[in-house]
Order: sequence, then C-alpha cells, then structure tokens
Amino acid sequence: MRHLGVLARIQLSDDEVTRLTGQLDVIVDNIAKVSQVATPDVVATSHPIPLSNVFRPDEVGETLTREQALQNAPDAADGRFRVTAILGEEQ
Amino acid sequence: MTDIIRLSAAELAAKLTSGEVSSVEATRAHLDRIADVDTDVRAFLHVSDRAIDTAEEIDRRRAAGEPLGELAGVPLAVKDVLVTTDMPSTSGSKILEGYMSPFDATVVARARAAGLVPLGKTNMDEFAMGSSTEHSAYGPTHNPWDLERIPGGSGGGSAAAVAAFEAPLALGSDTGGSIRQPAHVTGTVGVKPTYGGVSRYGAIALASSLDQVGPVTRTVLDSGLLHDVIGGHDHRDSTSLTDVWPSFAAAAREGANGEVLKGLKVGVITELPDSGFQPGVAASFHASLDLMQAHGAEIVEISAPHFEYGVAAYYLILPAEASSNLAKFDSVRFGLRVNRGGTVEDVMAATRDAGFGEEVKRRIILGTYALSAGYYDAYYGSAQKVRTLIQQDFASAFAQVDVIATPSAPTTAFKLGEKIDDPLQMYLNDLTTIPANLAGVPGISIPSGLAAEDGLPVGIQFLAPAREDARLYRVGAALEALLVDSWGGPLLDRAPALGGAR
Amino acid sequence: MAKDKLMDFDKALELFEPVLGFEVHVELNTATKMFSAAPNPANEANHGAEPNTLIAPVDLGLPGSLPVVNEEAVRSSIRLGLALGCSIAESCRFARKNYFYPDLGKNYQISQYDEPIAFEGSVEIELEDGTLVTVPIERAHMEEDAGKLTHMGGATGRIQGAEYSLVDYNRAGVPLVEIVTKPIFGAEHRAPEIAKAYVSAIRDIVKALGISEARLERGNLRCDANVSLRPRGQVKLGTRTETKNVNSMRSVERAVRYEIQRQAAILAEGGSITQETRHWHEDTGTTSPGRPKSDADDYRYFPEPDLLPVLPPRDLVEELRAALPEQPVARRRRLKTEWGFTDLEFQDVRNGGLVEVVEATIVAGATPAAARKWWTGEITRIANLREQDAVDLVTPQGVAALQQLVDAGTLTDKLARQVLEGMVAGEGTPQEIVDARGLAVVSDDGALIAAIDEALASQPDVLEKIRDGKVQAAGAVIGAVMKAMKGQADAARVRELVLERAGSS
Ligand SMILES: [Mg+2]
Ligand SMILES: [Zn+2]
Repeated sequence: MRHLGVLARIQLSDDEVTRLTGQLDVIVDNIAKVSQVATPDVVATSHPIPLSNVFRPDEVGETLTREQALQNAPDAADGRFRVTAILGEEQ
Repeated sequence: MTDIIRLSAAELAAKLTSGEVSSVEATRAHLDRIADVDTDVRAFLHVSDRAIDTAEEIDRRRAAGEPLGELAGVPLAVKDVLVTTDMPSTSGSKILEGYMSPFDATVVARARAAGLVPLGKTNMDEFAMGSSTEHSAYGPTHNPWDLERIPGGSGGGSAAAVAAFEAPLALGSDTGGSIRQPAHVTGTVGVKPTYGGVSRYGAIALASSLDQVGPVTRTVLDSGLLHDVIGGHDHRDSTSLTDVWPSFAAAAREGANGEVLKGLKVGVITELPDSGFQPGVAASFHASLDLMQAHGAEIVEISAPHFEYGVAAYYLILPAEASSNLAKFDSVRFGLRVNRGGTVEDVMAATRDAGFGEEVKRRIILGTYALSAGYYDAYYGSAQKVRTLIQQDFASAFAQVDVIATPSAPTTAFKLGEKIDDPLQMYLNDLTTIPANLAGVPGISIPSGLAAEDGLPVGIQFLAPAREDARLYRVGAALEALLVDSWGGPLLDRAPALGGAR
Repeated sequence: MAKDKLMDFDKALELFEPVLGFEVHVELNTATKMFSAAPNPANEANHGAEPNTLIAPVDLGLPGSLPVVNEEAVRSSIRLGLALGCSIAESCRFARKNYFYPDLGKNYQISQYDEPIAFEGSVEIELEDGTLVTVPIERAHMEEDAGKLTHMGGATGRIQGAEYSLVDYNRAGVPLVEIVTKPIFGAEHRAPEIAKAYVSAIRDIVKALGISEARLERGNLRCDANVSLRPRGQVKLGTRTETKNVNSMRSVERAVRYEIQRQAAILAEGGSITQETRHWHEDTGTTSPGRPKSDADDYRYFPEPDLLPVLPPRDLVEELRAALPEQPVARRRRLKTEWGFTDLEFQDVRNGGLVEVVEATIVAGATPAAARKWWTGEITRIANLREQDAVDLVTPQGVAALQQLVDAGTLTDKLARQVLEGMVAGEGTPQEIVDARGLAVVSDDGALIAAIDEALASQPDVLEKIRDGKVQAAGAVIGAVMKAMKGQADAARVRELVLERAGSS
C-alpha cells in the first residue's frame, strides 16, 4: 500500500493505509468476477466506437501566450514554472 | 415574471424570438431564483457575474436583426467539470480551487456561439466520482424534492439546478450514469449521447474511454435543442465522431405526436428482475411500459447475460484511467500547492494528500494497483474484454428490438449521508446505466412518475444502438407526452415549492 | 566521488566480450508538436524561442486538454522505419507511460509500448577504414519529448544540491522517434568505434530523410548506450548499464570505452555490475551512477484512451518506400566513383564530415579535386585552429567561387588562401574580398617590368649568369620581384619577363 502511495504520489496517513488496504479486495473481487468471462478468445475493446487513423495536419494552431501558460502557476520565475529541489533523476 | 423560470427552454426561446421576453429579463429571473433558493439547494459552485452582460449583448444583436440560434438568450448552467474562461473550473475539487482555464470546453464555446447565457458552474462529486454529489469538496447539493436527500451524482448540481427552476438547461457529463441517475432522482431529463457524439475537449477527464458530455433539462425537446447546439465533430477530440447528425430537436418534436410507439419494439432485460429495484421504482417502470404498450409498442424480453459483469469491469477501467488522468494535479503548473518542506516529490505527495478527497484518493490507489506491474493484462485488459461482451449483448438485443428500457436507477433519492460510507452500495446505483458507457451506446432518462412509498421521482431509461441518439429523442418524447398528459402537467409541478414561496 | 578503477582497454578485451545496445531518440523537425498544434522547437524556424512560448494546453496537461496525433510525424516515423529496413506495423497504438516528474506536463508520457510503428530492421554502418558493420534494429516507436529543467542555486547547476528548479515546457510534446537496437555482438575492440559510427549513421539517415535537424549539440539526437561484458566463453549476457543522453559522437565513443574499462575492472576483481542508468560527464570523461533500476520503473503502461490506433495504409507505406532517398552508405560509394577519389581521399572527406559540402561545392562549379583540396586542406586547418566545424566556416558556393577566381588566373593559390581568411571573417564574397583588399594578381606588364629592371640592376651578377645560359639563376630575381609585388603577381609571367629583359638588355 505504501508503494502504491509512492507510485500515485499521495502521502497516505497510517489510517488511510489501513483503510485502503482493506479496500484492495474490491479490485480483487472485480477481477475474479471479470475473469469468469474474460477468456482468451474474447478481444479487448479499448474504444467503444472503433475508429483509426485520426490525425491532425502539421499546421500551427492556437498557442498559449506565456502569460496564459503561467497564469495558474503556484510559483514561477523568469518565465518558467518554479518547483522546489528535485531529488530523483529523470527517467 | 416568476413564470419565466417555469418555462421550458423551448417555450422561453419562443418568447425570446417573439420579443415577448428579453434575455436580460430571462437571465435576471433565473439569477433571482438562484439567489432565492440556492442557499438551500446549493446547486451552484459559482454564479457568473457576466450573465447579464451576455444577455444584453444577445438582446442587442436580436434588436439589430442578426440571425440567432433557436436557443439564443436562454440561460444555461454548466457542470463544473467543463472548463470555462470566465468562471473558475474546479471539478468539485479543492485541488483546483480558483482554477481559471485559458480556453473554453468545446461544448461551452458552442453554447456561447449559439447565444446561450452561461449562468454559473454547478456542483458535482469531486472529479465526477460518485452518485450523490456528497463527494464534492464544496459540500453536497440538496435534492429539490426533499432537501434532506441526495440529488444524484456526479452531476447533482446540474440536475438540481434545472429541477429547482434555477436554470432551464444544464450541461452534464456521464461516465457511468452521472447525467441519467441524477435525472432519475430529481424528476428531470438527461441524455448520455453516443460516445464521440459530443466533444470531450475541455471536460476534465475522469475515465477517457467512458466520459461523455450531454444535456440536462426538464423536457425531452429541451435536451434535443441543447444536444443540437453542443454535438458534432470536434477536431480537438480524437475520439469525436465525424457523423453528420440529424436534428435531435426535430426528432423530439416528431416523437411527441406518439406515432413512433406504434410497432416500436421495446426490449426489457431478463437479467434485471424487479427484485433488484425498490418496489415503487419497479412499479413506475412497469406502468410506463404498459402505457407504451397501450399505444402500440411491443414489449420484448431480451437477454443481456454480460450486463452483470459491467459493474466489476467498470470499477477496473474507471480507477485505472482516472489514476492516470488525475496525475496531472501535481502542484507544478496549476492548482493547489501544499509545501510542508522537502523535495518536489514531497510537495507533490503532500499536495495530492491534502487536495484530493477520500473517494478520489481511494480510486486513484485502486487504479494504480489495477495497472501496477504485471496486472495490466489481468485487470484492465480483462475488463476491456467485458466491454466486448456487453457490446455483443447489445448487438444481439438490438437485432430484436428498437430500444431497450430499464429503470434508470434501483432506488429513489436516498438520504444525504445514508450510503456515503458504503462505497459498494453506492456503486450499485450505476448498475443500469454503466453498460451504456462501457459499450458507447446512447441513453436517456426521463421522469416516469413518483414512487408510491416515498413520493419521490423515478426515471425510465431508454438505450439505443450507437449513433441512434435520435431514436431516443423520438421514443422519449412520445412517452413523455403520454405521461405529462396522464399527470395533467409536468411531474415537477408536484415538487414542493422552494425558497421565498415556501 | 571515488574515482572508478579502470582496466587497460586491450586487457579488458582479452578477458571479456563486450555486448552493446543503443537507444537513440530522434527529435523530428515537423512544424508542430507530436500531439499539439504548438510550434515545434526542434524545427529550425522555432529554435531558441523564449521559455514557455511554444505551448498548447495539452503540453502543460491543462485540465480538459486532449492530444491529437500529428499526421506528418507519423509519415516521418514510417519513413525512418523504412530507412532502417524495418517492417511497418499493420496496426499500432499509443500507450501511456505513467511516472511523476516535473518536466512531464501530464505525469505520463504518451509513447508506444507493445505495438511500435516499426520493428525488425537493420542498418549498415561504415567504420573509419571503410569496413561495413550491420547493426540489428529491434524497433522504432513514436513518442513525445519532455520539458526542460534548469537547476538553480547550489554550486554545480546540477540536480544534486540545487535549491530549486525552473521548468520550461517548450520541448514538452516534441515528436520523437526512439530507435532501439538488438544486442550487438562481435564488436570486440571496435566497440567504441561502432558506437560512434552507429550514431553517425543514424544522423546521416535522418538528415538524408530531412526529418530532423539532426544537431547533436541541440539534443535533436540523443543516445543512450547500453554496455555489458561477459567473460570469454560465457553464453549468458552480463548485467548491463545504460549511459544516458550522450550528446556528441566523440562522447559516445568515449563513454563506451570507459564503461568497458570500468566494468572489466570490477568483474576482474570478482565484483558485480549494478544494473543502473549512468551519466556521462564530458568534462572529466567519466560516467557516474544514476538511478538504480527498481520498483519505481513500474510505469503502469496501458493503451492511451484519448488516441486511436494508427493503421498505416499499405499504399502509403509503399509510396513512401519508393520515394526514400538513397541510403547514405550506397550514396557514398556512388559519389566516390563519380568523383574519382582514391579510398584514402574519400575517407578523408567522409571522416571529416565533409561529403555534403564537397558535393555542394562541386554542384556550384568546382572540380571534385579542387573541392576536396579546399575542404580537407585549408578550411579544415582553419577550423581546427578555431575549434569549429569546417562546415560552419564558409559556404560551398563561396568555395566554388574562390576556385573559379584561381582558375581564371585572378588569384594565385597563396592569394586565394588570404581571400579564404577574409571569407571566414565574414568579409563578403571572394570577389568582394579581392576588391576590398586589393588582392588580385598584378597583370600590368609595365609595373612588372619596372620591378624586374630594378631587381636586375641591383643584382648584376645574376644578369651575367642568365646571359651565360644559367637560366635557374633567374629564381633570385623572380623572388625579389614577387616580394616587391607582395605576392600579387603570376610567378610564371614574371619568369617570362625576366628572361625577356635579361636577353634584351
Ligand atoms: Mg528508453
Ligand atoms: Zn524514449
């Protein structure tokens, strides 16, 4: 559960960890239910209405101004978004 | 002047066109109504301070003889899941408190272009996760039929707003029933269009493969009118269909004469026995079927053996997609930032802990688990197979019938707080609505009457094949006309008075 | 940081067999981004834009925003896949790679996971001595780039010790094709050279296709180099390290050499290699450990629900295949023959990265020999002195014009070198420089004769010798005249005139 909290970037309290651990069963139950019919011969449907090759022409369209881009930033400096120190490295 | 608020959008539009009523008058009447009743109902999170200006502009254009859309000048309530440039968009969450979008959702932009007057943003379960609007970070909305009860969810605010005559029209979003179930419990009309029929651009995503935006109104015709405004292809949404759609308002007008019921085959699902529903809900449902049968419809039993797997599949797909869609709320580019010190990772985790409510965190964790190492195929992939099976059920059903009918939800409005600690019970609310989202087919809920045991509204849902939304408007309008006739007026006339009139 | 122990390279190769693998990210130069209509900073036209000015809502992951696939980026990816000899998928799709990082607007990267657009190919690379090596390609897939972080405060400007970071999302959403090789066996002592030649080959291919600006120093091409060693005779592959984002061809070569030497030293002492990403440090020529591979690499991939499958139409694929440019290796063979260069002459041109400019110089009117001579000779010499790339100093058209002045007799070789200096200094076209500096050959016989008569008069003994038939003695007079003319005289004409004057006096 702690690991899931790390993956989801949610700092879980001890209470939350306990409560949510119990609820993982919901997922386990759902998978058990779904597995009854999700046999290998059934294809998966990822989009309810099948479409393909939906593209956009390579033409510049609406672009935000820098003011618009930064208008909701909790913190910004020098035209960029500002965050506190980063410990881990990029992927 | 109080009469203005009780007009349907179509009626109001006619008076606006004839010049009998101005848009400023109509807008002011609804703003007054909001001021009057919304402290009790709490349908709105934000009321626009520009509505009168917008209405004046429409009146000016009308006076200048400019060609205007049929709904020009009619007020509109907007679910807070839809982003707007002139009002905050929070999706019912603290993490987005005060967020101002630099762009309008496509449906909002289209509504503005058609001359509708945005009145405000309506309350909802946080990020549309819930069936009662109790999971809003800004407090619950109350059902206008009984303020102690839930207005449904997630779009409880939009449904309550139209039910309380605070707006003639509202926009909603439906991921597993969030338009139709609130319609059911508030005695209003709600439509979930065919997936891809209405643009999702600017709808804050819950589960991308299930979400659909749609109309919330008091009459079937009004839904058709609003659907005509917001629907159609949008190149900003890759999943948007390129179909040329017929006029849904025309379909509703055509249906209202009742001819459509002659020979109409209405499917009833064997696997949904009456025992699964509150007696008053089941009774109202059967009364509607009898009425349709009396006017020439044929009721056909059909089997949908995989619908019972829908809820399980839904609660695998939804948290999985939601956990990913909600990752963007990380305190870096917008939204809340909670800095209790430490690295950016710590700030993100603290922000998401403080900014998300319990239900949202719950679903994010479940979704993260469902997608976690090695589980993708077993969980998300298997759930997607159920979608295929449910589509097959629909396909074989629609080979036999024109529409499928179900009660829109198992019970009438329950008491606020009654089920909030019982997520599983809460989830069962969506039993009849979820299959449409999984399969992408359209659904409509219209009021079918009041449950005998509690006097609360009940809705009937119709489902049609994908792309056959017009059929729902025809059938819905036909039944609506018969029912309103039999009641001697709209169901909402029986709702208790609110506010000053109380 | 403790210094790594290194084993002598030849010794390492005696004990271990290196196995290589590469992941190269190519930034496409489409007009707009992969999933948004914002201008693409990896296109020359938008290079150097101010931070956060090339932004559409989806690049910031703004609530309600949605991605839409850039058709041209798909075409470019198909063309690259074909140029790599890959099969193009009948159907492929996008997936979300979920991980939190501040440079990632949505906290997931839209990439391709189990269904890449291109797979199973190979690319022929050419080493410096002309040896051809075939590198097997596993896949090439489409994805989007992340934004750019700048680490502020602290001493180093690096991530460690920084007080805060600033994020520019201009690069977020730039279309990428990630090319992944299969394990490369048999590289042996040429492993570092193969690494360099591979990146060079990818650069040549994307340049020939015109799908990327292909400038390594700008990050248009970024190479992750995987290196593992296994003891001679062992079948099982060793544990590999992945050295990230090596941004020049020389660095790729050095990084691979370094990892071989470092890993060999550890293994020879009975140690084991940690599976990790490592960072290349240009300044010290070393790698250092980064993030260990761990649970955190649980990317929770799933099909991107906001996008639909891509089914490259077969006729489009065939059309693109038919229109592919000549493969760089084949093209070079053809040019070598056409230009009549020897193996060594051609290698000089190729290894100097001068094939394109030599070709352009020939197109502009120079002979192959003259074009080669200028580029591999004087221009390269100046470039080395200035620590710049030869191709950045002058234009092929300028070099051809310069050679034309030489051929016309307007300039001597020596004068032409002076004009070249002027060209490098940006003084104008060769003709403009000749005019401005007054560098043209003195072709006025009157001026020459005056100088000759003066030189003959001051060296009567020389005059004597010439008259005695010792014609070679004329050299001293010619030298004096050339000096007086500041080199701006045609030495052959001076010689003629000297003999004439000596005879007629
Ligand atoms: Mg990679
Ligand atoms: Zn990559």
